[in-house]
Amino acid sequence: MSVSFDLATIWAFIIAFAVFAYVVLDGFDLGIGILFPSFAVGEERDQAMNAIAPVWDGNETWLVLGGGGLMAAFPLAYAIVMPALYPPIIAMLLGLVFRGVGFEFRWRDPRHRAFWDFGFTAGSVVAALAQGITLGALLQGIKVTGRGYGGGWLDWLTPFSLLTGGSVVAAYALLGSCWLIAKTEGEAQRRAYRLARGFGVATIAAIVAVSAATPFLTHDYYTRWLTMPGILLTAPIPLLVGVLSLLFWRALGSEAEYKPFLLVLALFGLCFVGLGISMYPFIVPNEVTIWAAAAPASAQLFMLIGAGIMIPIILAYSGWSYWVFRGKAGATGYH
Amino acid sequence: MFDHVDAVNLARAQFAFTVSFHFIFPAFSIGLASYLAVLEGLWLSTGKQRFLDIYRFWLKIFAVAFAMGVVSGIVMSYQFGTNWAVFSDKTGPVIGPLMAYEVLTAFFLEAGFLGVMLFGMKKVGKRLHFAATCAVAVGTFISAFWILSANSWMHTPTGYAVNAQGQFVVAGSWLKVIFNPSFPYRLVHTVIAAYLTTSLVVGATGAWHLLKDPADRNARTIFSMAMWMAALVAPIQIAAGDAQGLNTLEHQPAKVLAMEGDYDASPDGAPLILFGLPSNEEGRVRYKVEIPHAGSLILKHDPNAPLQGLKDFPRDEWAPVWIVFWSFRIMVALGFAIFGLGLWSLVARMRGKLYDWRWLHRAALVMGPAGFVAVIAGWVTTESGRQPWTVYGLLRTQESVSPLAAPAVASSLLAFVVVYFAVFGFGTWYILKLIAKGVEVGESELGDAPIRAAGITPAGQKL
Repeated sequence: MSVSFDLATIWAFIIAFAVFAYVVLDGFDLGIGILFPSFAVGEERDQAMNAIAPVWDGNETWLVLGGGGLMAAFPLAYAIVMPALYPPIIAMLLGLVFRGVGFEFRWRDPRHRAFWDFGFTAGSVVAALAQGITLGALLQGIKVTGRGYGGGWLDWLTPFSLLTGGSVVAAYALLGSCWLIAKTEGEAQRRAYRLARGFGVATIAAIVAVSAATPFLTHDYYTRWLTMPGILLTAPIPLLVGVLSLLFWRALGSEAEYKPFLLVLALFGLCFVGLGISMYPFIVPNEVTIWAAAAPASAQLFMLIGAGIMIPIILAYSGWSYWVFRGKAGATGYH
Repeated sequence: MFDHVDAVNLARAQFAFTVSFHFIFPAFSIGLASYLAVLEGLWLSTGKQRFLDIYRFWLKIFAVAFAMGVVSGIVMSYQFGTNWAVFSDKTGPVIGPLMAYEVLTAFFLEAGFLGVMLFGMKKVGKRLHFAATCAVAVGTFISAFWILSANSWMHTPTGYAVNAQGQFVVAGSWLKVIFNPSFPYRLVHTVIAAYLTTSLVVGATGAWHLLKDPADRNARTIFSMAMWMAALVAPIQIAAGDAQGLNTLEHQPAKVLAMEGDYDASPDGAPLILFGLPSNEEGRVRYKVEIPHAGSLILKHDPNAPLQGLKDFPRDEWAPVWIVFWSFRIMVALGFAIFGLGLWSLVARMRGKLYDWRWLHRAALVMGPAGFVAVIAGWVTTESGRQPWTVYGLLRTQESVSPLAAPAVASSLLAFVVVYFAVFGFGTWYILKLIAKGVEVGESELGDAPIRAAGITPAGQKL
């Protein structure tokens, strides 16, 4: 498998970067949403909310870049994948509605705060589940007819896609709890440690289950992962997952505050590399390659100029915003 | 076949519903972001606490409106693919990059600095905070620039070729795509509409509090600023609207004929139909009230200039005339009502009665939502007037849709209707509650004692 750096490949990496940025950044936002019911009403919930309130909107914007970028750089893939995943995509969007307004509405209406807190959690769970299902449904393959989706509207629903759905919920909850370890103190932090242990076990189990199931989805994945010479490239990945899991466990044991989050980030990175090994150079597995789906060079080049200038600037001011709100979040706002 | 048509109309209904709801929030937040920047600038330059109090009052409202704009906007960025897959495949190479630029240059800017704007005053200091407010305001404008460019290209496509896969691709310069013929007119008309919409909401807020207490100094400032905006900008908007109408006549004549209700050609000058019931089936406007030659006078600036009729165009290229005809009249009527309110406020100002002419305040209060209605009516006019095309004259709506089963689209449409009315209904109610509560006068110096102390004063949580 060789990688040539033409425009389509560069754009595949940019979109992959946007998706990864979204997954890890909004991942901890959604994770905190998923975990919200386990925090005591009052100060603990306020701390959890304050840990993400100033940054969630920027985090979510990477999802818009992923979607909008896909339409612009790989319009054919966008046109095939979105209808194929219609119900989970719509569910995700509606989930994100409830999650997003929760940040404001819970402060505006103390009488209905319990309701908006529930919406915040339900929206986060639904969005995470739908994103996981989307991943699984893409991996297991999409039926293509001509230049469009050729299957039914429930094709995505399989045991495998439900497994990936549940896995993403567990993994986001793990990210969220590790973010809270870094951003909270006192009882809220102790609770975050306990949650990180539970969801750490669940996430590692999920990684094992999804990794074990993927090679048997289609012959192609099996060849890539488990036969020579591919296995030389792929074998280190499960080994590294094991090493990171051990380090993560020790970091929790020593009550480190930032290390668990960083190690989980690395774990997500490895899973993403694994995903890349399974997919590349296809954007719809076994059907459409990145070159077949690519917009004409004129469009990709025009956007590459913008992306090349803007993405570093975006990373700079987003990083500055994180720096402004560094340290413990506190329960009473930012004073 | 019948099933297919059904799915098309469901997808259209869903897009119309979600985009109309979405449009309400940016129409408000574009103007509000600029207003906030002005208020904070006034506070920094004059040092008057009053401007900061008013800033913080509107900031809370902005936060709620912006959150609703964000969550309803994400829906739009995916709906092109979910429901309009063929359109996305064919136009992605041309309008996709414009939307990608919107994300890169506007969405991140707004979202990245919103956190500092809402929570960061104490952390970054006054100057940087003001810069964050300005960044958000500029972001809303850049966003309008790109999305209206993409939208305008659907109305007046230029600078394109069609490749072997049937996709529209850029031919030559991107400037021809971005600055397509209707874009400058649409941009000016829409951005001014957003400013007017905001000024009417702000004006109604000032009026409400003046009706309760004419001595309320903050309400006076709010009302006065809003009425200046309405008085100065409404006439510009009428001129901008006229210019866009002439531009539309040049590039989309059938749309203007639908707006006017002109089914038959008028070789000796077209009348101006004021009211009536257009019927595509009968090909005429029933019960019409018209002014002879006035139509040509407005559209051609010559009462006797000939004008085409819809019947000069194939029957299957007619827009749904009754929708376009009526939504256009609603927009124009409201535009003149806003102009009238602005004039009235000037008269009141000259007579020194701006703050105690109760009928003016009542009128401003009633006109509070007028901007939203006018914006939606204008949007319906231009987008329904684009039918039966998604890309005008080139790609039909029927041929743009995703291969989805009707029940799937029907279910999602139902879900959107229920969720949007519930969630955004509550959101609107919260905004109204904040408006009714009014400006809190310098209750604490900025960044002093914990403002959110009791947890039951959410109004003070920000900054």
